[in-house]
Amino acid sequence: MSVTLKINGETRTLEADPESPLLWALRDELKMTGTKFGCGIAACGACTVHWDGMPIRSCQTMVGDVEGAEITTIEGVDGKAATAVQAAWAELDVPQCGYCQSGQIMAATALLSETPKPTDEDIDAAMDGNVCRCATYARIRKAIHLAADKMEA
Amino acid sequence: MLHFLQKPLEAAQPTRRSFLKLSAGTVGGLVLAMNLPRSAGAAAGSGDFVQPFVHIRPDNTVVVLSKHLDKGQGVATGLSTLVADELDAARDQVRVEFAPSDPKVYANTLFGVQGTGGSTAMANSFMQYRAAGAAAKAMIVAAAAREWGVPADEISVSQGAVTHPSGKTATLGELAGLAANEEVPAEPVLKTPDQWVYIGKSFPRLDVKNKTVGAPNTYTMDFQRDDLLVATVARAPRFGGKVKSFDAAEAKKVPGVVEVLQIPNGVAVLARSTWPAIKGRSLLEIDWDDSEAETRSSDAMVAELKEMTARPGIKVREDGDVDAALASSAKVLEVDFEFPFLAHGAMEPLDIALMFDGDTAEFWFGSQLQTVDHNVAAAVLGIPFEKVTINTLWAGGSFGRRAQGDSHPVAEVATLAKAMQAAGMTPAPVKIVWTREDDMAGGYYRPMSAHKIRAGLDENGNVTAFKYNIAAKSIVKGTPFEAFLMKDGVDHNMTEGAHDTSYAFPLMNMDQAYQETKVPVLWWRSVGHTHTAYVMETMIDRLAKEAGKDPVAYRLEMIENDPRKVGVLKLAAEKAGWDTPLPDGRYRGVAVHKSFGSYVAEVAEISFRDDGTVKVEKVVAAVDCGTPINPDNIRAQVEGGVGYGLGAILRNQVTLADGVVEETNFDTYEPIRMSDMPVVEVHIVPSNEPPTGIGEPGTPPIGPAVANAIAAAKGDWPTSLPLSKTGLV
Repeated sequence: MSVTLKINGETRTLEADPESPLLWALRDELKMTGTKFGCGIAACGACTVHWDGMPIRSCQTMVGDVEGAEITTIEGVDGKAATAVQAAWAELDVPQCGYCQSGQIMAATALLSETPKPTDEDIDAAMDGNVCRCATYARIRKAIHLAADKMEA
Repeated sequence: MLHFLQKPLEAAQPTRRSFLKLSAGTVGGLVLAMNLPRSAGAAAGSGDFVQPFVHIRPDNTVVVLSKHLDKGQGVATGLSTLVADELDAARDQVRVEFAPSDPKVYANTLFGVQGTGGSTAMANSFMQYRAAGAAAKAMIVAAAAREWGVPADEISVSQGAVTHPSGKTATLGELAGLAANEEVPAEPVLKTPDQWVYIGKSFPRLDVKNKTVGAPNTYTMDFQRDDLLVATVARAPRFGGKVKSFDAAEAKKVPGVVEVLQIPNGVAVLARSTWPAIKGRSLLEIDWDDSEAETRSSDAMVAELKEMTARPGIKVREDGDVDAALASSAKVLEVDFEFPFLAHGAMEPLDIALMFDGDTAEFWFGSQLQTVDHNVAAAVLGIPFEKVTINTLWAGGSFGRRAQGDSHPVAEVATLAKAMQAAGMTPAPVKIVWTREDDMAGGYYRPMSAHKIRAGLDENGNVTAFKYNIAAKSIVKGTPFEAFLMKDGVDHNMTEGAHDTSYAFPLMNMDQAYQETKVPVLWWRSVGHTHTAYVMETMIDRLAKEAGKDPVAYRLEMIENDPRKVGVLKLAAEKAGWDTPLPDGRYRGVAVHKSFGSYVAEVAEISFRDDGTVKVEKVVAAVDCGTPINPDNIRAQVEGGVGYGLGAILRNQVTLADGVVEETNFDTYEPIRMSDMPVVEVHIVPSNEPPTGIGEPGTPPIGPAVANAIAAAKGDWPTSLPLSKTGLV
């Protein structure tokens, strides 16, 4: 069945079951593999994308539910917060295996867009749904604070 | 799958002797680097400089070929650091790629085959990759000298710029083609440590950019081809189960499903993309034959292990008559421990892609033991070794999971390719995707284990004898590793960190016993140390208490002959302010452990939440891993090692109910999360010793450090993990 999605500002039409997860439409149909498959049950955050700026888990979001919505993925995320986050991630060498980091960056960007100067508690609340098995959490926390500083500068 | 694997290491299996010889020093690596065919593989006149470990391209890019899989531990950057330093390349011109599978060139000199594990990457590569960089630099300089007509010793290289006092300059890329024609120096001159520009200083990771923009073609999961088929496999719910019969009618109705095929491991659903493969599989009806399967519950298996520790086992260490010494002791502390199965739970579930056309095979995956994988591929496909190509891709974690002795993902996808061929399908690339449930319920766990300690004490609380019985399934027995990892029937992987302890007990015996089960087990970040460090370091705290001594002071007395252990313990204690009072409600615990040649001490500071659960607030670590190559990566690995170990001891376990795995995703096997993560401070001991491992050694001390802090608060030590079983989490 033909579905029309708005991804990273572009209108894309693809053949997909409206009852299939957005994650697989992005990865397999649109070949945008930056959004990762981690658990399939919205328990790890590796598949985080933005729906009208809000972080959502694309593994539990059905294609049919996002028709007409503005979806942003790691490939298209942009703006002051995203730029600051990606720069902070590089400056602190945050990634290890890196597989979760697309989701971490999407979650952190959404956090900083809403809360430009987050506290540690804000970070816990916003980032607890994003698992990193390499446990780079200490650096993610530092990088979010650094990104906040960069946004202020 | 074992019948495929009779001789998986045939092509390059080292003899025990060569393994030991190579273990003895790094000279083997240096020799290997220098025995290269002259300008091997360089395309004449291409302008490229091509050597096995380093390519220099006319566009001024320096490409380092990493023989080791990078699964997050940073080895690709580490090896590049070595080459870039000796070559005097600029960091920004360096790229890294994974080397092809070729044990003759890219063997881990400590294994004799190509592979990554045991935190050996830097230890075996340190001289080899430096020599490769130094040789390349010598050839660049020789080429410049010839081109410019000046003496080589007047030419200098710095940050990728080749210069002569006359004003002549060139880039590495401009000289690459000429340098390819120069003689490979037999003994390239290495820098002295004072000349290093990156080693021990800073060389940021080369993979950060790709990993922060979602770059394509990074991980196996991302592998795409226009004609790609994606497969899921329904595997037996009980380990050792087999397909009796199945009905694929409903699965085949799912749009996108192409074919359903039985393979030795189960039933494979082939589809045009991943979702139909997952959905189709959920509609299979399969009748399983469990007659050969493990059908016990984990409770019954633990009971068996505990019973095994009560009896004499295989002697691992026997100093003397420990039973007599215990009998004549004033007091005997007897403590039983039990540890669960643990899943590795890497963020990227297992996955593998293969294109097999009947004659040749090309693989794409995060291959950790390339030579084992390569041999299994050739054996299962029935083609020569030379007809198999392995493209190693970045792995989204491993923690040991991708280093199997049976290469079961390779064997499985190879049997699927054969089944496709037998079914008359057009040859096409196929990618097997493991869902999280497949990955977590798929076995290859850190073995569950039971430990029984009997420690004898005299009237003053001094240790008289230490008796240690351990029971677990052996990771290496019955695998290709048995030949060179077991000696005289003893599996030292199970007892490492205990039988070889440097604690000065007057008398110590250790026995081991092997559990038989169909549940496959595997190394999990730090292997035997995951349990022995917990046992030894909490026992030492108990013994300190019996002796009426401070835990740090007691340890220092007991490890007088182990100066590097003393060094990290003192440093961690000092940095953590061990002798300073804590605020109310805070408690400290310490642990120190050597693993993979490296020494790590950790001081954990904990508090209790209002509901009585433990919160680990801060961990101060001190590490001695020999010459620090990349200090920031050492810190990163210890931070991560602490987090990985902490998550496991807090609440992770895999249990079986009548043989079926109960925890199949991150909802029931809850990983450590941001709010659980303590502040981690890492201090590195300066050293000129040869570099040793850092991927694993940060993990073992965290469990006992936290347990010792809990005991400081509550007066007793948890002996059964995870802590969630005790109400403390």
